[in-house]
Amino acid sequence: MINSDYEPVIGLEIHAELQTQSKMFCGCSATYAASPEPNTFICPVCTAQPGALPVVNRQAVNQGMLVGLALNCTINPHNVFARKNYFYPDLPKGYQISQYDLPLATHGELEIVTGGKSRRVRVWRVHLEEDTAKLTHQGATVQVDFNRAGVPLLEIVSEPDMHSVEEVLKYGNQIRSILRYLGVNSGDMEKGVLRFEANISVRRYGSNELNTRTEIKNLNSFRTLGRASVYEIQRQIAVLQGGGHIEQETLGWDEIRGVTTSQRSKEHAHDYRYFPEPDLPPLEIDTVWVEQIRRKLPELPAVKRDRFIQVLGLAPADASVLISEKALADYFEATVAAAKSPTHTVANWIVGDLLHLLNDRGLSVENLNLPPSHLAELVDLATDKIITQSTAKELLPELVDTGQNPRALVDKRGLNKITDERVLAEIVDQVIARNPDPVASYLNGKETVFTWLMGQVARATRGKADPLVSSRLLSEALRGMKKPENSC
Amino acid sequence: MPTDSQSPRFDIDLVKHIAFLVRLGISEEEAQVFGQQFETIIEYFNLLNEADLAGIDPAGQARHACNILREDEVQPSLSRDAFLANVPEHDGVYVKVPVVTGVE
Amino acid sequence: MELCDLTIHEAHDLLRARQISSTELTRSVLERIHHLDPQLRAYITLAEEQALEQAAQADVRVQTGRDITPLTGIPFSAKDSIITQGMRTTCGSRILENYIPPYQATAIQRLIAAGAVLVGKNNMDEFGMGSSCENSAFFPTRNPWDIERVPGGSSGGSATAVATSMALFALGGDTGGSIRMPASFCGIVGLKPTYGRVSRYGLVALASSFDTIGPMARDVQDTALVLSVIAGVDPRDSTTLQAPVPAYANKLKEDVRGLRLGIPKEYFVEGMESGVASAIQDAIRVYQSLGVEIREVSLPNARFGLPVYYLILFAEASANLARFDGVRFGRSDRTETGDLVDQYLRTRQNGFGAEVKRRIMLGAFTLSEGYYDAYYLKAQKGRALIRRDFEMAFTQVDALITPVCPTTAFKLGEKVDDPLAMYLSDVYVVSVNPAGVPALALPCGFANGLPVGMQLIGNFLGEDLLFQLGYAYQQNMQWHRQRPGLL
Repeated sequence: MINSDYEPVIGLEIHAELQTQSKMFCGCSATYAASPEPNTFICPVCTAQPGALPVVNRQAVNQGMLVGLALNCTINPHNVFARKNYFYPDLPKGYQISQYDLPLATHGELEIVTGGKSRRVRVWRVHLEEDTAKLTHQGATVQVDFNRAGVPLLEIVSEPDMHSVEEVLKYGNQIRSILRYLGVNSGDMEKGVLRFEANISVRRYGSNELNTRTEIKNLNSFRTLGRASVYEIQRQIAVLQGGGHIEQETLGWDEIRGVTTSQRSKEHAHDYRYFPEPDLPPLEIDTVWVEQIRRKLPELPAVKRDRFIQVLGLAPADASVLISEKALADYFEATVAAAKSPTHTVANWIVGDLLHLLNDRGLSVENLNLPPSHLAELVDLATDKIITQSTAKELLPELVDTGQNPRALVDKRGLNKITDERVLAEIVDQVIARNPDPVASYLNGKETVFTWLMGQVARATRGKADPLVSSRLLSEALRGMKKPENSC
Repeated sequence: MPTDSQSPRFDIDLVKHIAFLVRLGISEEEAQVFGQQFETIIEYFNLLNEADLAGIDPAGQARHACNILREDEVQPSLSRDAFLANVPEHDGVYVKVPVVTGVE
Repeated sequence: MELCDLTIHEAHDLLRARQISSTELTRSVLERIHHLDPQLRAYITLAEEQALEQAAQADVRVQTGRDITPLTGIPFSAKDSIITQGMRTTCGSRILENYIPPYQATAIQRLIAAGAVLVGKNNMDEFGMGSSCENSAFFPTRNPWDIERVPGGSSGGSATAVATSMALFALGGDTGGSIRMPASFCGIVGLKPTYGRVSRYGLVALASSFDTIGPMARDVQDTALVLSVIAGVDPRDSTTLQAPVPAYANKLKEDVRGLRLGIPKEYFVEGMESGVASAIQDAIRVYQSLGVEIREVSLPNARFGLPVYYLILFAEASANLARFDGVRFGRSDRTETGDLVDQYLRTRQNGFGAEVKRRIMLGAFTLSEGYYDAYYLKAQKGRALIRRDFEMAFTQVDALITPVCPTTAFKLGEKVDDPLAMYLSDVYVVSVNPAGVPALALPCGFANGLPVGMQLIGNFLGEDLLFQLGYAYQQNMQWHRQRPGLL
C-alpha cells in the first residue's frame, strides 16, 4: 500500500483525562461531561482570579502512577511541576501547570502485536498536567466554558518506535484498553476524554536515522488517527521523492478534505519558557508509596488474555473478545465460577448470544440486568439437557427483561425438556403412524427424511423433546421396521 | 568575562519579539527606550557572573515542604453570576472573546 | 491625641474595659482619613459604611463578652494587592481599575473572623513593582513626614496610613522590601514574615517564591498581635508551613540578654547616608547595653542579592501577570480588527504602566530559549548561595542588624526615571526574600527630620526572636512614639 522504499517512523502522544472527582489543582467537580450548564464547575483557582493558588489532587497523582506502573515505567522519586507559558483564551492563567524536566514516570514500554509480529514500543514519559477550557466558535466570537479548565490530564508520550499505521492504531487501542482497565479513563472518544497527537517522519528502509518530523494535533478518534497518519506518510514520501525536504511543523487534519494542513501561526515557534512551578512544592515519591499503588494494579489485558488462552484453554479469538473490556472479562470469570458447565461453553455463550444481545440493545455488561449467577444457571440448564439449547437462547432476552432466575422461569413455563423415554417412544410411534409415506420413503433409502421426521417429533412436543433421546428412539423404531435382509 | 555572559544587544527587533511573547503592544519609540534601559539593567546584572556557581543546585523552591496534597473531594463552586460579574464580555452563560483572525 | 492615635494594645484595653467602643474608634479613624488623606493619598478605596457596620458588630461582640480577640473592633487597612471580597481591588493598576473580587484572601478572612474592622485599601506601586509608591497608576502617596517625599514602596499607602493613624494597623506585602522600606521611610514597624508563615491565598502574585503578606503597625507588640492572627498553615496555599504558630505575644517580653546580634560586614560599606549610618550604630550600642552580644559576620555573596532577586522576580512576575488579558476580568480593549491577539496587545499596552512592562518583558527574556541558562537558571543557583550565607551566619548569631535603606526618604520624582537607581535602593532588603527568612523593620532614629529604620533579620521561623529584640529596643527607645508634624 505505502511505498516500500520508505519506512514510516511514528510516535504517539496521548492526552487522557483522569477520572477523579475533583480537578487537578482545585476542588471543583471534574465531571464536567455530566453537567450541561457551562461555567458552573468553577472557582477562583480554575478561572485564574488574581491571588488564587493551585493545590495538587492526591488521587490524580495516584492514578497517574497507576498508569505509569501499568506501562512498566519507573516512577521518578523526585518530580516537579512546571509552568508552560503561552496565551490562548482557553488557558486562564496564561500558563499551564504541567511537568517538564522531572515528570511523574519515564522509561516504560508496551508490547503490541500486529499481523503476528510483536513490537516493543517504548513509553518515553508519563506526566501530569491540567486541561484547558472548552471553546466553541460562533461566527466572529468564541464562547468559553471553564468547566473543563483544570481537569486532570495525563500525557503519555511514546518514542518513535512504530513503523506502520496499523501499529499506531494497535498501540492507541491498547493504551485505551489499559486506561479503562485501570478505571482512570472511560475511553469515550466522542466525549474527547482521550486525544491523540501523532509525530510522523519517514526514512529509507534500513536507515537508522531520525528525519524531520511533523506533528499532527487534535486527532480525536481512531479513524482520524489512521486516516491522517496514512495521508501524512504518503505526503512526506512524495515530497522526498520529488527532491524536497520536510519542514518541521505542526499540522491539523481536515477530515472533510482528507488532508493535513499547516498551522503556521502569527508567532514564531512556541517558546514556552518553562520554569519550575513556585506555587507547588516537589513531589517526593518513595518506594512505600509506589508499592501501595502497585498493589492496586489489576491484571492487565495482555496478561489476562494469555491466561485465558493458556490456563483456561480458550481460543485466542474468544480470549481477545472477552478481555476487550475488564467488566466483560470479570463477568465471564464470575459466570464460570458459578457454573458447572465447561469454561468454553460459557465462553461461547458470552461471545455469541450475550454480546449479540448487548449490541442489539446498546447495553454494556455493567448495566445488564442479568447477574453472572443467572447466566450460569441458564447455561447449566442447557448443558444438563433440562432444556434445549434453542430454548435456552430464546429465554435469554426475557431473563434480562424480567430479572427472574432461569430455573423459576423454566418451571413456570413448563419448559423442561422431555427426556422420559416412554413418553418419547409413544410420540415417536405416533409420528411414524401418522406419516406412512415419508416413512416408506426413508425405508427406501431416502435418509434425509429422518430430519423431517425429527422435526415432527419436535413439533409434537413443542420443542421440548430431547433431541438425542428422540433421535435414538426414532432410529430404533425405524430400524425395526426395515425389511428383513435377504438372506444369502 | 566568559562569552556566555555577553548580554545581547537589545535592538528594536529583539525588544519587539520579547514584547510579543508577553502580548504587549509597543510602539517603535517605546521599543527604542526600553531597549536602552534593558541594556543598562542586564549589564548591571551580569555582575552575577562573578559568583562561583560550580556544582551548585538551583534553589528554585523553598525546600521546606514536599507532597502537599489535597484529598479528591468536591468543594462548592463559585456561582456563575459571581464569576461573570467581572467578565468584560459575556452572554450570561459563556465568556466571549473575539476570534483570532491570524492563523491559529 | 485622638482615639485613632491609640495603638492596638492600648485600644484593646479600653475596648475591653468598655471605655471606648469600636464605633467610636472607627469614626475617629475615618475622621483622620477625611482630614489627611486628600493630601497624602494613602487610600484607593474607602469602605466607610461597611466599616461602621463591622464596628457595630464588634461592639456587640465585646458586649456579650464572648470570643473577644486582641483585634476585635480594631480598624485596619490592606494593601490593594490583597483580595477583599466585594471590595474593589486594583493592585494600583488601570488593568484592574474596576475589579471587585468574588472571594476573600485568607489573611483578610482571619482578621475579619477575629473581629477586626476593614476600613479600605491602600495605594501601592503598580503590582508591587516599585520602591516609592510613584508607580501607582492612579496617584503617588506622600510621606507624612515631608509631603514632597516618597513614603517608600510598594506598600507606601499602608505605611502612610499607619504612620498617621488612618488605620491602627495595615496588611502590607513584601516581595523584596515592600513592607520594610515604607516602614522605615514612615517611621513605623513592619514585618516580612518567613516565607510560608502567612497564607498567600488572595495575595495577587508578583514573585510567587518571594511574596509574603505581613503586618505594619505602630509598635512591635501590635505587629506581633496581628501576626498571631494571620499566621498558620492554609490548605489553599501549598507553600504555607505546617509548623505551629508560637504565642508571639507571650514570648515578646522575654529577656534579650545573651542573644547574639550579627553585623554583616558587606552591608556596611560606602553609599550609606551618614545620618543612617549613625542611627544604626546608636541602635547597636543600645543592644549592647541590654546585654546582647554583638559580632561581625560575613554574607560573602551579598552583592549578588540584587541580580538574583531581580532576575527571578522578572521571570515569575512575567508569568503571574499573563492572566491579565481582558478575558475574565479587568480592563479589556477591543480593537477595530476584532482580532483576539490585537485585543491582548492593546489591553495590556493600555492597562500596564512602564515599570510593569519593563519587568514582564525582561522576565520573558530571562526565561526564553537561549537565555534561560545564562539568566534565570544562574539566578536560581545564586539564590542557593545567598541562602547558604544566611544559614552559615545563623550558626554564629541569632539575628542580623542592618539598615533598611542606604538613605532616608527621597524626593518624589528623584529616581522615577532611572529604573536601575530605583533597584539599587533595595540593596539591603532584597537578599532576604530569596532566602525565605523573616525580617523586621523598626524606627531607630531620625536624619534631617526623616525617620531612619533598622532591619533585624532572623533565621527561618525566627519571628519570635525578632519580636523579642524589637520589643526590648522599644522599651528603651521611643523613636516609634514620635508622630509626623502634620497630625
